[in-house]
Amino acid sequence: MTPAAETTLQTTLGTPQLSSIFFFFLIVAVTLVITYWAARRTRTTSEFYAAGRSVSALQNGFALAGDYMSAASFLGISGMVALKGYDGMIYATGWLVGWPALMFLIAEPLRNLGKFTFADVVAFRLRQKPVRIAAAVGGILTVLFYTIAQMVGSGSLIKLMFGINYELAEIIVGTVMLAYVLFGGMLATTWVQIIKAVLLLIGVTILTFLVLVKFGFDPGNLYAAVVARHGQAALEPGAIVQSPIEAVSLGLALMFGLLGLPHILMRFYTVPDAKAARKSVLYATGLIGYFYVIIPIVGFGASVLVGRDFVSKMDAGGNMAAPLLGEMLGGTAFLGFIAAVAFATILAVVAGLTLAGASAFSHDIYVNVIKGGRATEEQQVKVAKMATVVFGILAVALGIAFKGQNVAFMVGLAFAIAASANFPALLLSIVWKRFTTQGAVWSILVGAVTSLTLIVLSRTVWVEIFHFKEALFPMKNPAIFSMALAFAVGILVSLATPEKEAQEKFEEEKLRTYLGVGAE
Amino acid sequence: MDQAASAETRGKTAHELVSSPDFKLLVSTRLKVSSVLLVLLFVFYYGYILLVAVDKPLVSRRIGEVTTLAIPLGVAAIVVAWLLTAIYVFWANRSYDPEVERLKGQMHR
Repeated sequence: MTPAAETTLQTTLGTPQLSSIFFFFLIVAVTLVITYWAARRTRTTSEFYAAGRSVSALQNGFALAGDYMSAASFLGISGMVALKGYDGMIYATGWLVGWPALMFLIAEPLRNLGKFTFADVVAFRLRQKPVRIAAAVGGILTVLFYTIAQMVGSGSLIKLMFGINYELAEIIVGTVMLAYVLFGGMLATTWVQIIKAVLLLIGVTILTFLVLVKFGFDPGNLYAAVVARHGQAALEPGAIVQSPIEAVSLGLALMFGLLGLPHILMRFYTVPDAKAARKSVLYATGLIGYFYVIIPIVGFGASVLVGRDFVSKMDAGGNMAAPLLGEMLGGTAFLGFIAAVAFATILAVVAGLTLAGASAFSHDIYVNVIKGGRATEEQQVKVAKMATVVFGILAVALGIAFKGQNVAFMVGLAFAIAASANFPALLLSIVWKRFTTQGAVWSILVGAVTSLTLIVLSRTVWVEIFHFKEALFPMKNPAIFSMALAFAVGILVSLATPEKEAQEKFEEEKLRTYLGVGAE
Repeated sequence: MDQAASAETRGKTAHELVSSPDFKLLVSTRLKVSSVLLVLLFVFYYGYILLVAVDKPLVSRRIGEVTTLAIPLGVAAIVVAWLLTAIYVFWANRSYDPEVERLKGQMHR
């Protein structure tokens, strides 16, 4: 970089700007009006958890995309491409390929068999109490780690972009999100996610367009500029994928983790039937795929136009690449828009997570374990709302408790637990007649404990956080072992503990899985 | 009217329906379609990831002035994933759903 270029680079990032504050209040105002509207349609449990199953396939497709594309994918992947080049693209593909697998294995049976949570499906023909408790543990662990990563990330991002204090940022996110979920339930959450998905896709499309304008609409010219500035290595795979087994393990965690994310699975209960569930996956895959195809262009654009030095000076992880590029190409007003979009992104994901966490507690634990499935509609809604408040406060408290900690590994942890604890039991309960209560419980617990332990013993936590000299587990991602072990335990324990009743009920389950007979 | 119709052709019970060849065929066809698509997804995605992990010189080969083979491969992994999803939906809408409706119609009410 020439000294002249360096002196011209300036940013208003980190100081509150009229434009970012305007867009921020606009988004909050619009979403709160929607929440007010949704609140009048959110009285029963089915309305609170599942928007009365009134969401159309297209709406759910957008909402799934909004629920899934976190700030980590928007700011994180563009930043990674900006700083590391091609390696960011490997991640981008990994974040997408779970969706077809979700379609082929889970989406339709899930919709046909369940009511509000994925535990409904696992417990369909098994003994309710033990299975519900185990599934809620797996679900809540997943949601909790995912939430911590989101909250800590959001506090730092909002501080970076709006210049407000970290703790205040946490409280703002927690309060606005609670308003959506508490009053508007799933209906408000759905619309927040739809709006966020639309805004995010518009923002990234404009950014991509502005980059391509600079390079005569030929990505080849952009790549040439990247190579001229950062060398050919920027377009080659680098250090991320070290060994084949590591690569496959990461791929498995990303692919099958999606199939065990409670906040994503829960969205399938918002559509009227399995056909709509199926179509919504296609829409979501298209939207998310489009996003991941164009986001590297934003990253490469930032690495050339903003420069790696300036990007990493603002944030070592590269998270500010997209906002800086936005300011450079579209001015302060566009930066304000991008900052507000990033904020909406966080709100939408955390709202979905809160609803999932609250449902695991209130629907699985309170209604089906404590009350034995016999709670009145009124009691259920009341407990659901109480659980929402508790989860919201917990999210803010954890966000503040983990301030300044390296929590990037927690997203990986959430995916590993989802793939190892939730997914194997869910799949076996749908397809395997001889699956038993004991098999489900042990599969979930072994999957959760193994993935958690191996990640703690891996380099990311053992060395980088606990500062031990050497990692006790050599890989970054344990999914290939923990997932295989969870399947093995689920199968072996089931074979050792035959359950006649569960086998007899399989006929009814099949009728519902394939034909939707009796689906709610 | 309802009674007359059901007296004439008493629909199948749940047990009869589940054990009928038609239902078994429906289940096995769905299993076949989804496993073939899943295998294709595995071949394409893990093929891509393993190629990147194992043969860096190959994926670093230039196909344009500076553009490496790895770039179109990454985009292709995403596009193929979407296409496989689309194939499943196309199949399910066209042939699975009508068969489900037909079988549901045979059920005893």
